[in-house]
Amino acid sequence: MLRFIFRRILLILPVLFGLTVIMFVIARVLPGDPVGLAAGPNATREEIEALAREFGLDQPILGQYWTYVSGLAQGDFGTSIFTRRPVADDLAAYLPATLELVFSALLIAIVVGIPAGLMAAIWRNRWPDYLSNILSVAAISMPRFFLGLLLQLCFAMWLMWLPLGGRFPIILEPPPGVTGFYTIDALLAGDMESFQTACRYLAMPAIAMSLSPLATILRMMRAATIEVMQQDYVTTARALGLSPRLIVFKYVLRNAISSSLTLIGLYFGWLLGGTVLVETVFDWPGVGLYATSAIVAQDFMPVVSVALVIGALFISVNIVIDLLYGVINPKVRYQ
Amino acid sequence: MIERHLSNKRSARAEALRRAFYRFRQSRLSLIGAAMVATVVFFTLFGAVLAPFPEHVDGGVDTSNRFSAPSLAHPFGTNELGQDVLSLVMAGTPVSVSAGFAVVFIGSVLGVIVGALAGFNGGWIDDVLMRFSDLMLTLPSLILAMAVAAALGPGFGNMIIAIALAWWPGYARLVRGEVLQAREEVYVAAARAIGASPFRVLFRHILPNIVSPVIVKMSLDMGFAILTVAALGFIGIGVRPPTPEWGTQLSIARSYMPDFWWTAVFPGLAMFMAVFGFNLLGDGLRDVLDPRARR
Repeated sequence: MLRFIFRRILLILPVLFGLTVIMFVIARVLPGDPVGLAAGPNATREEIEALAREFGLDQPILGQYWTYVSGLAQGDFGTSIFTRRPVADDLAAYLPATLELVFSALLIAIVVGIPAGLMAAIWRNRWPDYLSNILSVAAISMPRFFLGLLLQLCFAMWLMWLPLGGRFPIILEPPPGVTGFYTIDALLAGDMESFQTACRYLAMPAIAMSLSPLATILRMMRAATIEVMQQDYVTTARALGLSPRLIVFKYVLRNAISSSLTLIGLYFGWLLGGTVLVETVFDWPGVGLYATSAIVAQDFMPVVSVALVIGALFISVNIVIDLLYGVINPKVRYQ
Repeated sequence: MIERHLSNKRSARAEALRRAFYRFRQSRLSLIGAAMVATVVFFTLFGAVLAPFPEHVDGGVDTSNRFSAPSLAHPFGTNELGQDVLSLVMAGTPVSVSAGFAVVFIGSVLGVIVGALAGFNGGWIDDVLMRFSDLMLTLPSLILAMAVAAALGPGFGNMIIAIALAWWPGYARLVRGEVLQAREEVYVAAARAIGASPFRVLFRHILPNIVSPVIVKMSLDMGFAILTVAALGFIGIGVRPPTPEWGTQLSIARSYMPDFWWTAVFPGLAMFMAVFGFNLLGDGLRDVLDPRARR
């Protein structure tokens, strides 16, 4: 088991190396004039050259790459040419917000999607199944940013139940940072009022993010359940006179979930990359919003780093999922 | 004798088609999807022509008539420039649909080439190509597309290239798997035995036989491609106004909510309906063309 974990972790390194190369090629080889843009429209030629020298952009591309990668090895993600802040500091500030959003969305998707998929399979080809089928296609087709706008229009502007955007009121002090997740930090500090506030801010973006993974998990769970229910051991269990409830919860659920699990891992990466839109709509201070503003400014160091961090998180989560797979399904345990 | 054989073959094919069409017709949702896609295609062809206020589509403004609520003259209301929202939404159809189609087409062609080469050749070519596409799959595709689009600069063509570059790895993996399976089939061995070149075996014998999963994936991807195009427009790095694009319209209209909600809601609904149609149709096609996924 330990050897397996170790080997999987070693495999991350070449992938990370590949990611830096791809992002660097995009950032440096494609046309675009980040220095001119950062220096401003009235900058003189000398000012632009000085800025390029300061950020090492006058060096040959291989030299720039080497500087970046050797910095990375020491936890230095480079400096933003626009804000002149170290990218690592920005990431540390924005990443927890994105992760909190993604985990909440996944939680909603799993908590609703798995039982709903199970029910659709049990009532296969009857109205709950048809309803969940059409609703899930609709959910997948719904643009997240449009759903976000509709939620804002309805719950923040007309009904005024929830705040329009942001993560926490500016005038209030956020809960003391332990995990960086405001909801969990508030709970840890025993501050129920902050917890409620954090939840109110989190609700709409998390729901807007969760809809499409929810629908996919539902459909996957339905298909997996139907397949499992046709297995011989289910027939045997039924023949032995076990109650339907016991069969579903003890035997079917466990086997059906394990095939949905891989999907959840894949969706985690997709959600991390897809927070961009929801963060833009809800002004949620995460890496997506950070990357967007950097992209618009052609400030590529933050973009490269965000892509790298998301890629690394994606691989790590999939390794964890692989391990969980072994816990849930003893047939695929690793030596 | 030969003639009878030919007519048998023809009727077998007609029979298969008839059955596929029957299965497709059995699913009411697929039919709804087909009808919605037909509507979308209709507006793609004629949307710009049929728009009630064509001068607004070309960038004309009517400042005396800003933000009028939906009425008989303007069923979807007017926007901040007094332009008819219905006209803009209709004229936006060809932009989104052609961009989405171009993305799926370029992405699938790239992916089929990479996947076919990898699966057919095996060995180090397979290793290199597949590691590379796995790497691309690890990158967040939206951020990748945004970065490329920003670096290339705004514009319709650049946006399509940017999204397609993030789109092909899925096809590469799919096609590689199919080619690996097809390579072992008897008909491939037969083609080889009568001396067909590897090129001919791949393009004349293998690829035509694995085309249906690719078509299914293309139809399922069409909706997501339209969504991605709109997403880039929404972020502000896609097509620029006055080109009528749903995502761009939505991002501008955002700042006029809640009072002038119609400027945002109708472009968004158009987007949703188009994607919904393509997804329903894609599901239906998958059930017909891919027997493994049938329920």
